[in-house]
Amino acid sequence: MAEAATELLTTADGRPLKAALAAAQLRAKRRAFLLVLPLLLFVLLTFLIPIVYMLKRSVEHDGFSNAAPALDTWFAQNPGFDPANPPEEAFAALAQDLSRMQVEKTTGMAGTRINYTVPGTISLFKKGAREAATLAAPFKGSLLAVDADWGKPALWRGMAAASSPYTTEFYKVASDRKLTDDGWARGGDKERIYLYLFFKTFLVSGIITVICLLLAFPVSHLLATLPMAKSSLLMILVLLPFWTSLLVRTTSWIALLQEQGIVNDLMVGIGLIGEDGRLTMMYNMTGTIVAMTHVLLPFMILPLYSVMKVIPPSYARAARSLGATSWTTFRRVYLPQTLPGIAAGSLLVFILAVGYYITPALVGGSDGILISNLISFHMSKSNWSLAAAIAGMLLAAILLLYWLYDRLIGIDRLKLG
Amino acid sequence: MALPTYASPLERVWYYTYIVICCLVFLFLIAPILIVIPLSFNAEAYFTFTPKMLAFDPAGYSLRWYDTLLTLGHSGGDGVRDASWWSEVWERSTWVQAAKNSFWVGLWATILATTLGTIAALGLSRPEMPYRRLIMALLISPMIVPIIIIAVGMSFFFAKACVAPDSAMGAIFGYFLSEKGCLANSHLGVIVAHATLGIPFVIITVTATLSGFDQSLIRAAQSLGANPRTTFFKVIMPLILPGVISGALFAFVTSFDEVVAVLFIAGPDQQTIPRQMFNGIREAISPAILAVATILVVISVLLLTMVELLRRRSDRLRGVTGR
Repeated sequence: MAEAATELLTTADGRPLKAALAAAQLRAKRRAFLLVLPLLLFVLLTFLIPIVYMLKRSVEHDGFSNAAPALDTWFAQNPGFDPANPPEEAFAALAQDLSRMQVEKTTGMAGTRINYTVPGTISLFKKGAREAATLAAPFKGSLLAVDADWGKPALWRGMAAASSPYTTEFYKVASDRKLTDDGWARGGDKERIYLYLFFKTFLVSGIITVICLLLAFPVSHLLATLPMAKSSLLMILVLLPFWTSLLVRTTSWIALLQEQGIVNDLMVGIGLIGEDGRLTMMYNMTGTIVAMTHVLLPFMILPLYSVMKVIPPSYARAARSLGATSWTTFRRVYLPQTLPGIAAGSLLVFILAVGYYITPALVGGSDGILISNLISFHMSKSNWSLAAAIAGMLLAAILLLYWLYDRLIGIDRLKLG
Repeated sequence: MALPTYASPLERVWYYTYIVICCLVFLFLIAPILIVIPLSFNAEAYFTFTPKMLAFDPAGYSLRWYDTLLTLGHSGGDGVRDASWWSEVWERSTWVQAAKNSFWVGLWATILATTLGTIAALGLSRPEMPYRRLIMALLISPMIVPIIIIAVGMSFFFAKACVAPDSAMGAIFGYFLSEKGCLANSHLGVIVAHATLGIPFVIITVTATLSGFDQSLIRAAQSLGANPRTTFFKVIMPLILPGVISGALFAFVTSFDEVVAVLFIAGPDQQTIPRQMFNGIREAISPAILAVATILVVISVLLLTMVELLRRRSDRLRGVTGR
């Protein structure tokens, strides 16, 4: 018996069975992979590369390094210079670059790059380039005579960092740090716009997730326990919003919630509020939260429903027959069984809410905007690197949540309708 | 959930509260969608019900906003409605142009996403597929990554993705690209972007259909002498078709409703309905938007009906009873 086991098993054509199996499995693997390959290449080209390209833009800006070669060289040779008191050669290189910028018309590009970290420098560079012809040795004195700001240590720190096209400064700006005369420091409380908006986005997404959960729970339970014919009919009420254009839903919320809108008219009509007491529910955070809850509610109902559907009702009956009150039955028996659905729905709604753009842009006014709208704002102002850096931070947060979703729920269990 | 006969009075009260809460949530879900329909027939340029409308006075209702959809951008909007007037509508009217653009972009994006997505889903559902989880996560991610990030990345990359118009590549692809030979500001750029956004939906629906697919059917077909092509078209395809079609419908709706990528990568020639609506809501909001919204609601009702019928057919074919 032992001898038979050590004897090599072979296929009909004499190859070892193990090798033949491995070859067959490799072939099957390759065949499966070849089917996926065209789509992988497509997604690589239209999705992955653009995002990597965006991340590259978030650490790259050659506006200043291209326009100021003399200073670039000087900064490279003197890495440890004192920004508070740069020597005459540095000012000479600056004067040389300024006259070059005037000729090549690159002043705006260079000024814009420095302006990210040291506000107000675009006009400083424009003025300096205009006066470049009049500058003469000693350059330090003559530049400071044009504008005393040329001696600011923060400016020299900013220029030294910008002399390389690659930088992490946009991430520093996007996390509310600012360049002072003594180097990078945390901005004052009123200057924390970016992190504040990140915080606000997460808070609002959390609020929306909780509201969605509270609204979705009873409805999903009803859908899961009703007889099939009735629940299919009611399911249409959930799926119709899911299939209706986002812009349509946002438009109808404007019609409903604006100051002269239907909800206000109704409340005035039944005397709940006076004509002059109309509520402002649109173009602020309330509008954003209400409209987004409506848009995202189906994403909570559907996973909850599919989990509740398979919970056997006999468990609850068993608990009741063993003497549990209806509250205990719910809390100890039913609720724990719905947890996978709660986790799936909540994570999905939260992830989608964090990146929301259209609804806040249309109904949020200035108070109800989220981080996506800030990215769009910087894109429209051509602050591409800063927009890319904020987008990079948002992407990191989303990928973390996505990873969590995959670990907890599994991405292949995502279902639609 | 029917109330058991042994329920206490408190439980009865709670039960009816629960029913009322559910009804309110359903109202919250559906009312905003239905409200646009009567509003779109408003005779006045208001976004709310006028007293005349509430009194059901026929004078309070009109089709003028639907008429605006035809005449906006039309040079002789008030003219006699003869054949040339209608052909002008077809060629010039802003909303009709937007509808045509939306339709063609949606159609090509759907074809692209469905073809690539279905083939990939076939590979992904094979048990021997390597790195299945990772690849699946990547292919689903266009649905998870915020659209603004995708749009920003695409706007950077598509502006650089160019071919020289006078080169050989330019001669082949130039027609599909912008005047400068770039993906940005071109129809192809928008189609490709929308196909990317539609792919997760196709992958999800088709792999879901395939998960209930009996693999022994393939072996049966092969043992009966069918080659892989025959097996695919005669055995696999008919069974997964409902999933493929509902994935395609999802992809089409995604494209038909998409505005952010269009705002970032499209030029003035790629005006679509959502973009027109977005600009309309931001700038001068007129009830014409509500007329478009009503038409879109009708379309989504039709699509939903189609998907539901398909699902039932699919469940029947797979032998799944109930939902």
